[in-house]
Amino acid sequence: MQMFLSNFFDNPERLNRWIDIAQSSFLPLLKGALLYSLTLAIVSFFFGLILAVLTALARLSGIKPLVGLARFYVSLIRGTPLLVQLFIIFFGLPSVGIMIDPFPSAVIGFSLSVGAYSSEVVRAAILSIHKGQWEAAYSLGMTYWQALRRVVLPQAARVSVPPLSNSFISLVKDTSLAAAILVPEMFRKAQEIVASTYEPLLVYSEAALIYWMICFVLSFIQDRIENKLDRYV
Amino acid sequence: MITITDLHKQFHNLQVLKGISLTVEKGKVVVIIGPSGSGKTTLLRCLNALEVPTSGSVQIGEVKLDFSQKVDRSSIPRLRKQTGMVFQSYNLFPHMTALENVMEGPVTVKKADKDSARAKAAKLLSKVGLGDKLDHYPAQLSGGQQQRVGIARALAMDPQVMLFDEPTSALDPELVGEVLKVMKELAQEGMTMVVVTHEMGFAREVADEVIFMDQGVIVERDTPAKLFAQPREERTRQFLQHLKA
Repeated sequence: MQMFLSNFFDNPERLNRWIDIAQSSFLPLLKGALLYSLTLAIVSFFFGLILAVLTALARLSGIKPLVGLARFYVSLIRGTPLLVQLFIIFFGLPSVGIMIDPFPSAVIGFSLSVGAYSSEVVRAAILSIHKGQWEAAYSLGMTYWQALRRVVLPQAARVSVPPLSNSFISLVKDTSLAAAILVPEMFRKAQEIVASTYEPLLVYSEAALIYWMICFVLSFIQDRIENKLDRYV
Repeated sequence: MITITDLHKQFHNLQVLKGISLTVEKGKVVVIIGPSGSGKTTLLRCLNALEVPTSGSVQIGEVKLDFSQKVDRSSIPRLRKQTGMVFQSYNLFPHMTALENVMEGPVTVKKADKDSARAKAAKLLSKVGLGDKLDHYPAQLSGGQQQRVGIARALAMDPQVMLFDEPTSALDPELVGEVLKVMKELAQEGMTMVVVTHEMGFAREVADEVIFMDQGVIVERDTPAKLFAQPREERTRQFLQHLKA
C-alpha cells in the first residue's frame, strides 16, 4: 500500500493522467447512468410492480390454476440467476426466431425479476390490511376491484414502501448486468473506457461512486415518501 | 322492510344460525341481545351478505336474495346498497379524512359528482356533531368521534336500513353516550334499524322490539317493557339476571 502510494505520488505524470481520465470519463459515465441505468431501472420497476400486484392477487385469489401459475412463475424466476435469464432472452431466443434489441431484452428480464420478488412483498402487504377494511368497503356496496383500488391497495402501498425501496435500489445496481447483453449503460461505458485507458481501478471506482450517489439520492426520496405517507397514522 | 325466512348458517361443522325467521317493519327499531356465540352478530352480517347464509332468504326493500339457490353475484352489492353498516371497531378508512370517508361510498359506488358528495358529507358530519372535524384523519379522532363518522359514512349511501354491530362495545364508558345519542336521533327520524348491543338502557328506551337469541335461534321477542319485566322463557330470564348481577 505504502509502495503504491509513494510510487503514485512520486509520479506526477500518472497523477495528471488520472485527473485527465477522471474528468473526460465522468460525463460519458453519468450519461450512461442517467440515460440507460436509471431509465432501465425505472421502466422495469414500473412494469415489474404491475406484474407483482397481479401475481400477488393471483396467489390470494384461491383459484387453483391462478395460484399454481403464480407460484410457478415466482419459483422459476427466484430459482434461476438473473444473468442467465438475460442471456436466455437476448442470446437464446433468437435461435427460435425471436430477436429482441438489448434495451427491451433487459426491460423484459428485469421486469420479470421485480415482478417475482416484489409479489411476495405486495402479498404480505395486502394480507396485513385488516379484514374490517374489506368489510367496510363491501358494506358500502363496493365491488372487489373498487375495494382493492380505493381502500386496500393505498394502505398496502404504505406498508410496502420500505421493502420496495430496497428492491428498487438493488435494481439500480443490478442494471449493471445489462452490460453483458450489450446495453450501453454505465458499467458497459466504464468497460469501454477501461479498454482504451487501461486504468480499471480509477474508472470502475468512478462508476461505483456514481452508483453510490444515485442510491444516496434514492434513499433520500424514500424518506420523503415515507414521511408523506405516514401523515395519517 | 326486512323479511328473513328460515335462515341457516353453518361454519364447517358448527351450526351458527338454525332457521331464523323475522320481519321488521319500516321505521321500527329492533334490538338483538343474547350471550356471545348466540349468533346475533352472524345474523346481522347475513343481512348484508358479509356472511353468506347456507340457506334461507333475505329480503330488504325490493331486493330479495334466496340463498337456498345459487345467488347471482351481482345481486349482493344490490342488497348491500339497501343497508348501511356500523362496525364494533369502526373500520374507518385510515388514509382518508373524516370528510373523505363519508364521501367515499357515494363517489365510488354511486358515481356521485364530487362537489355534491362533499356538501352532503359535510352536512352528515355536522348532523353527528363533527362539523369541526371534517379534515381530521381517523387516528386524530377519539373512539366516539370515529364511530360517529362511521354512522355518517353509512348514512351517506341513503340506506333503507341501518345495521349496528355492537357499536359501543369498543368505546370507553364516557364516550358511549355520544354515539347512543346519535342513534337515538336516527330512530326518532324514522330510520329502520337493527341493533346488536349490550346497552340495555338503549334497548329499553329506543327499541320497538327486543329479540333474545341463544344458540342460533330466536328464543323470545317482545316489546322491551314486557321482555325485560316479564320474560316468558327461562333462558331469557337467566340471561337478564346475569346482566343485572
